Amino acid sequence: MTVTEDRSGAEVGRDRRRKEDSRLITGRTMWTENISLPGMLHLAILRSPMAHARITHIDVGPARELPGVVEAIAGRDIADIQGSLPCAWPVTEEMILPDYPPLAVDEVRHAGEPVAVVAARDRVSAIDALEAIEVDYEPLPAVLDMEAALADGADLVHSGHGTNKCFSWILDSAEAGTGDDVGRAEADAEVVIKRRYLQQRLIPAFMEPRSVVVDPTGEQITMWSATQIPHILRLMLAMATGVAEHKIRVIAPDVGGGFGGKLQVTPEEFIAFAAARRFGRPVKYVESRSESMLSAHHGRDQIQDITLCAKRDGTVTGLSVKLLANMGAYLGIVTPGVPLLGAFMYNAIYKFPAYRFDCTGVFTNTTKTDAYRGAGRPEATFAIERTMDELAAELGMDPLEVRRRNWIGHDEFPFTTVAGLTYDSGNYEAATDKAMELFGYDALRREQDERRQSNDPVQLGIGVSTYTEMCGLAPSRVLGQLRYGAGGWETASVRMLPTGKVEVVTGTSPHGQGHETAWSQIVADELGVPFDDVEVLHGDTRTSHKGLDTYGSRSLAVGGIALVNACQKVVDKAKPIAAHLLECDPADLEFVNGQYQVKGSPGAAKTLGDCALAVFTSHDLPDGVEPNLDADATFDPGNFSYPHGTHLCATEVDTETGRVSIRSYVAVDDVGRVVNPMIVEGQVHGGIAQGIGQALFEEAVYDADGNLLTGTFVDYLLPGSPDLPDFVTARTETPATDHPLGAKGVGEAGTIASTPAVVNAVVDALRPLGVSDVRMPCTPERVWQAIRDARNGAHEGGERS
Amino acid sequence: MTHISMTVDGVRYDDDVEPRTLLVHHLRDRLGKVGTVVGCDTSNCGSCTVLMAGNSVKSCTVLAVQADGSDVTTVEGLAGRDGSLHPVQRSFHETHALQCGYCTPGMIMAAVDLLAENPDPSDDEIREGLEGNLCRCTGYQNIVKAVREAGAAMRTSGQQVPPAKPAERPETAAQEVTT
Ligand code: FES
Ligand code: FES
Repeated sequence: MTVTEDRSGAEVGRDRRRKEDSRLITGRTMWTENISLPGMLHLAILRSPMAHARITHIDVGPARELPGVVEAIAGRDIADIQGSLPCAWPVTEEMILPDYPPLAVDEVRHAGEPVAVVAARDRVSAIDALEAIEVDYEPLPAVLDMEAALADGADLVHSGHGTNKCFSWILDSAEAGTGDDVGRAEADAEVVIKRRYLQQRLIPAFMEPRSVVVDPTGEQITMWSATQIPHILRLMLAMATGVAEHKIRVIAPDVGGGFGGKLQVTPEEFIAFAAARRFGRPVKYVESRSESMLSAHHGRDQIQDITLCAKRDGTVTGLSVKLLANMGAYLGIVTPGVPLLGAFMYNAIYKFPAYRFDCTGVFTNTTKTDAYRGAGRPEATFAIERTMDELAAELGMDPLEVRRRNWIGHDEFPFTTVAGLTYDSGNYEAATDKAMELFGYDALRREQDERRQSNDPVQLGIGVSTYTEMCGLAPSRVLGQLRYGAGGWETASVRMLPTGKVEVVTGTSPHGQGHETAWSQIVADELGVPFDDVEVLHGDTRTSHKGLDTYGSRSLAVGGIALVNACQKVVDKAKPIAAHLLECDPADLEFVNGQYQVKGSPGAAKTLGDCALAVFTSHDLPDGVEPNLDADATFDPGNFSYPHGTHLCATEVDTETGRVSIRSYVAVDDVGRVVNPMIVEGQVHGGIAQGIGQALFEEAVYDADGNLLTGTFVDYLLPGSPDLPDFVTARTETPATDHPLGAKGVGEAGTIASTPAVVNAVVDALRPLGVSDVRMPCTPERVWQAIRDARNGAHEGGERS
Repeated sequence: MTHISMTVDGVRYDDDVEPRTLLVHHLRDRLGKVGTVVGCDTSNCGSCTVLMAGNSVKSCTVLAVQADGSDVTTVEGLAGRDGSLHPVQRSFHETHALQCGYCTPGMIMAAVDLLAENPDPSDDEIREGLEGNLCRCTGYQNIVKAVREAGAAMRTSGQQVPPAKPAERPETAAQEVTT
């Protein structure tokens, strides 16, 4: 923990304005959609209008005849080269991994699945020609409800596999030796809280729709894609299509948001890849927003059955989670792994002695699910934080008091949890105290009492969420144990240019996170060069040949450490050269503020730039020294990092209309050491907004036939500016102990924390009316209905004993 | 094909266009004005916002032929010829009002129009005024701040202040960030 103190330089910790902005605010951004190549064809994709059907006939011929159209193909035309889309996370040996053709060949399994492609000279002609394609579908029963899908004799999504159960996966603390038996805990419990929570399906809804351009005309086939994962994409293209890896170059240019939604290897990318190879010409595909909503992967969609056992003093004695996770029709790159990321987080910040997590993945005729901001961890955090509030209500205790009785004390770290993770550091007391103070907790509780006494039609609710998350994905060893197909390391390299300027290559792939700025700050401190003398290069496999990309709040907590280590190597490599220039013994030198100076006599000094020039000319180097200062480093974390924090939300709920408005929101996050507080705060704001979206606004809904009803921004409600309040944000800082930066990751924290804070506040407002749950999103209609049901004596939110 | 003529970011363009071509596609595909982007197909997101005759419009809701004879300003034409940023661009940068930047061109253009209409908006007025522009990254808080601070800077410098509202708030102006 102390190592971090020494590294405090001029740049790290400073609110540097972002380097990225100048192109973004002037419209000079290189989105994939902006790329245009000579001879390029525009693709349009015909998508299945049915959730489940056999394709009995398909003829693309009539489309070929239309003006502007150059080619049209169906699945079987590229069946030999299109490959099957990969899933990198087969969570169990027995898991069912269905074939996933990018362009359907004889069966479609969700509405929006691609069935044919038209290539035309312009996009409008391509889209127009889709109508001319003849397809006959023989409808098959659509499987939509997870519980029905698991029943005996259920219709099947993949008839060849005989079941809709994709996998089942269990973590039991008694079996794993990490804790007691939950069965016994339940038998001995003084209080048992049982609840069912529904994690509605969400749509990541990054603002830049996905697009892809493929140029097959060079020695390498080049793909530009609006992706979070250019490196993984290249590898997957190679492995799934048989094209040699070194013959593929993938570029992620400027990418307009992802939130996990672009952590995918998509049918559209594979279709464009195959089409370009088949046609021998560059192709471009740009999805419409409606196509994006329909077919880019969705998130969440879980049913959580929670059993929490406790003593009457509030001490929790056991937690059992039974989870159904909707996979959708196919498995994406990490689809089955998403609920597992949650498996380790239900015990959250608490010292629960017994725990069992029992998860079943289920196929349905819906768009596949996969990572969406937080991926598994928001779901887990929601369930436990909601349930802790229910326990508090049952015991008549303050929700913060119940948490205090169960959380890990700041003096108990490192702490090995009942799920088997070792939390390295944290201070839940400090974050909570700070949040309560900023929130004015006691005064708001008093006001709440007054409103309850006076039967105010607008009730005040206070919601608490004390969260932690596992970030910095991930220790490769752990990923291996969980059967993930790749490691979790990250890499960086530093190139010293002759003029002393620095190029940094990172394996992370930013799409809004400001890596160019933050990485420059780190390098400036490590190498003692000006911030503006650093150029950060990323997202092109030709420049950055190696990397595992950006997701899971990993870029700084893993990639940042690789960068620090690479800088250290440069400093070490230049030392003998500096000594040679200064005519002294390397052992007598120290590197301070970017200069090598003789210990005790700071007068004579050489900068890294001096050494870089000396290496460039190489006229006079010490014997046996390689004329090269460049260095790279790959960092594999020994542990996850564990940001945490306390979020408090006050809502005003109109009991007559059901309208919820957020009156105040306080977030105190501990993300460890911070490189750029301004960027961190921005991440927290955006994260909270997305979590509020889940709590109050967003839900992807299918009708009984499996048609997506919320396929546009008219029906799928993203929070707009008038829907959100100003957030009060603050930080406590308990550095990560596992690595020299002390950073823990911040990308997902706000989203993980805010959903339960808001819903807890809504329920808290209504509890005197007998309401103990409101289903998300808590729309006015649902809130109103919950109040009415409570008044009519109907039970919401499961039994209580 | 219909012949149209319009001035975009100070340059006049004469073209024959299909009557059904949307202004945003004309700007992007024909004129190469790719700074203006498309975020939806239901005119909900505002990513495509430009100024037409000084008023903000969602360029996906306007046909190119309807813009015949108009003066259009996109985000690419906002900075001065010498590259000096418009106060709204500057304050978006200063207050970290963008992350991925995809909503930014539209958001900036909508903000320019908002400040022209109301040079000293309250935070609520800013939030209401930007209702038609979605941002998935920022949670809007820093965008609201950017517009507030740009308004203050513009009032102080006298830039683009319509005569209706001459009120000055020097204390806000003093908060303008310069780093
Ligand atoms: S592109 Fe969404 S409003 Fe115009
Ligand atoms: S900055 Fe990404 S959508 Fe607004």
